[in-house]
Amino acid sequence: MGRYVARRLLQMIPVFIGTTLLIFLMVYSLPGDPVRALWGDRPADPQAMARLRHEYWFDRPVLAQYWHYLSNVVTGDFGSSFVTGRKVIDVMAETFPVTIRLALIAFAVEIVVGLSLGLLAGLNRGKLWDKLVLVITLLLISIPIFVLGFIFQTIFADQLGWTTPTVQNSDDITQLILPGAVLGSLSFAYIARLSRTSLAENLRADYIRTAIAKGLPRRRVVGIHLMRNSLIPVVTFLGTDLGALMGGAIVTEGIFNVHGIGNTLYRSINQSDNATVVGIVTILVIVYLLSSLLVDLLYAALDPRIRYA
Amino acid sequence: MRGATHAKWAAGAVIVALAATACGGGGSGGGGGADGIVSSSWGDPQNPLEPANTNEVQGGKVLDMLMRGLKRYDPKTGEAKNMLAASIDTSDSENFKVTLKDGWTFSNGEKVTAKSFVDAWNYGANLKNNQKNASMFAYIDGFDQIHPKSGSPSTDTMSGLKVVDDKTFTVKLNQKFSTWPDTLGYPAFAPLPRAFFDNHAAWLSKPVGNGPYTVDSYTKGSKLSMRKWAGYMGEDKAQNGGIDLKVYTDNNTAYTDLTAGNLDLVDDVPASQLKNVKADLGDRYINTPAGIIQTLAFPYYDAAWNTPNAAKVRKGISRAINRQQITDTIFQKTRTPATDWTSPVLGEAGGYKAGLCGDGCDYNPAEAKKLIADGGGIPGGQLKISYNADTGSHKEWVDAVCNSINNALGNDRACVGGPVGTFADFRSQITQSKMSGPFRAGWQMDYPLIQNFLQPLYYTGASSNDGKWTNADFDKLVDQANAETDKAKAVSTFQQAEGVVRDQMAAIPLWYQNGSAGYSTRISNVSLNPFSVPVYDQIKVS
Repeated sequence: MGRYVARRLLQMIPVFIGTTLLIFLMVYSLPGDPVRALWGDRPADPQAMARLRHEYWFDRPVLAQYWHYLSNVVTGDFGSSFVTGRKVIDVMAETFPVTIRLALIAFAVEIVVGLSLGLLAGLNRGKLWDKLVLVITLLLISIPIFVLGFIFQTIFADQLGWTTPTVQNSDDITQLILPGAVLGSLSFAYIARLSRTSLAENLRADYIRTAIAKGLPRRRVVGIHLMRNSLIPVVTFLGTDLGALMGGAIVTEGIFNVHGIGNTLYRSINQSDNATVVGIVTILVIVYLLSSLLVDLLYAALDPRIRYA
Repeated sequence: MRGATHAKWAAGAVIVALAATACGGGGSGGGGGADGIVSSSWGDPQNPLEPANTNEVQGGKVLDMLMRGLKRYDPKTGEAKNMLAASIDTSDSENFKVTLKDGWTFSNGEKVTAKSFVDAWNYGANLKNNQKNASMFAYIDGFDQIHPKSGSPSTDTMSGLKVVDDKTFTVKLNQKFSTWPDTLGYPAFAPLPRAFFDNHAAWLSKPVGNGPYTVDSYTKGSKLSMRKWAGYMGEDKAQNGGIDLKVYTDNNTAYTDLTAGNLDLVDDVPASQLKNVKADLGDRYINTPAGIIQTLAFPYYDAAWNTPNAAKVRKGISRAINRQQITDTIFQKTRTPATDWTSPVLGEAGGYKAGLCGDGCDYNPAEAKKLIADGGGIPGGQLKISYNADTGSHKEWVDAVCNSINNALGNDRACVGGPVGTFADFRSQITQSKMSGPFRAGWQMDYPLIQNFLQPLYYTGASSNDGKWTNADFDKLVDQANAETDKAKAVSTFQQAEGVVRDQMAAIPLWYQNGSAGYSTRISNVSLNPFSVPVYDQIKVS
């Protein structure tokens, strides 16, 4: 087990280098001169531009820039933004907690609501409940997330007045519930469908019939025997979804004015602020890698037949 | 049981992750609504909040509350009035003696002295400090040493600045510039306390100034709270308890919050809401001229545009644009058709002259067609108006301008829009002189002087003369105007120079841009200054 984890962690190193290089090259290849754009429509100062370029390594070949960046990252220094002059690590320390909380709320929503709907539909296959869940999830999957955001805003803030239309304080977790629900809604529809199919299928498996024949209480049959086996596809989805939720927060954060990584990333891409973009995306990649590792470890917990050596 | 151990591993990892996120919390108390506090929309300032490093409106809002310089532009008339300056005297338009008023201090108790100004200006001009507005100090003698064209600065002080005593300093310029004192209302000329130099990082996270407000707390990227400073010396004391600037990445979101009652002031009404704004806000919507003019510039480095006949074509194009219709329908009257090359905020005395453009700016399709034909037609057969497509929704008006031209000429292909993906790319193409046709040009004044609308844009080799237009008559008149000590004469000489721009149609004036704002029922006495920044200190809370 320990060796397996160690091996997986080591495998992350090449993935990490590859992704950062790709992102670095992509930001670098954006057209235009980001340093000149700092002055906007106003006349730029050639001497100050030259100094900025030199200070932030823009006047060197792209691979040298990348090497410089990477060797600093290894020592924990993510550099600083040439636009704002702020340390990227500070920017991330402010914005990541917000987005992580937002993603966790979305995550909680999709697990709780998605699984209960899936259970409801899977245990009542072909009946009214099943059809109802089918329709709801179909709706959610087919509506783009920004439309849903505005609909929720209108219903819950403008009509019902339960909350403010935008987030007033991004550090207040209760205010993140609405955007979190919007963010998680697409995924909970997928989870409901995945778990419904998997539950309905396993319900007809031999070992379930045996368990029922043994006279086990229904609660135990469903809760232990059925759920545990049916959850494998759901867990796979959840693992990859955590990364997607954090990256996908750009739209939701924009609608609800949440000051998380989504908004920061959007602005930084517009300004070709490569240090900030690469820093944030690198952390997102790491989150993604770690969550998929977690998923693989969870397989073993769910299915005793799976072993890692 | 192996499965159970695995579950423990996984659960442990999840708990660690959750704990890590929980640590990041620690929320501060939120929301406006407190007594006398106005909440206002804000955008994250692009640069650190140093006075000489702030060249956009969001940082400018903060500096306008936090700092007071020698002069201040009157929020209504734009006139430069003495603030900290008791007097600024000169006999030759080149050597100035500045005397400060008594009793001014920074909010940390430090006295504002002549040295506070000289140190701040030297800091702003010094190439080492990478200040974006360093060029504002370019008229001061010694700028070339502290901000050399190449290499490192050879000095840390400009020779043109001399402290005489605590309340007096002298300035020597490197050329005659009679209206130079009127440029001193620009925020880059603000004084700075020692704390700025001694502990720069601390100052940046909580700036200290001498203005009517002090910074109470600053959470970068989300909120800046300014509070009224009781010890403020000026007459423009804050009439509210303070201003909470809240960061919005999208002005639509800010507008939503305003209509829902979560925000008191939005100083940028989104284009998409202009249709509803009257219904939503009634007379709580303001739409007043700002010192911004939009023009179409031409590439004079392209031989086809640099012929005597091309002036006729440019005039023809100008006459083919139905400005009134475009400002009414597309901009919902947040722009006013331009009839000169300055801005109404200058006022008659300041050099604004309605109708200076003459018939060159009158819409007349028949005349337009004739002029363009006389001039030999559009160079290359098709007009391509370049603009950046990422910000500012320029596509709508460029397409409308092209439609107007196409209709006038009776040719569907006479004019097309030429979008450039990003602003950075657009600027690069302009600076590298790669434009082949007219391009969008906007000018926001630095200070309300007619000089600022002409010299940087049309003088030979000037910093913002992107089209590389050059005209000896114009240059001569500008030089004359700058040396003129009588203000009225200087203004009329500048207007003569503007006449040269008109006769050559160096750039086609399109419209003057207005500043727009909307506010809640909680506040009153809201207005915008000529820089389209809300006059925060005058806002009253009911």
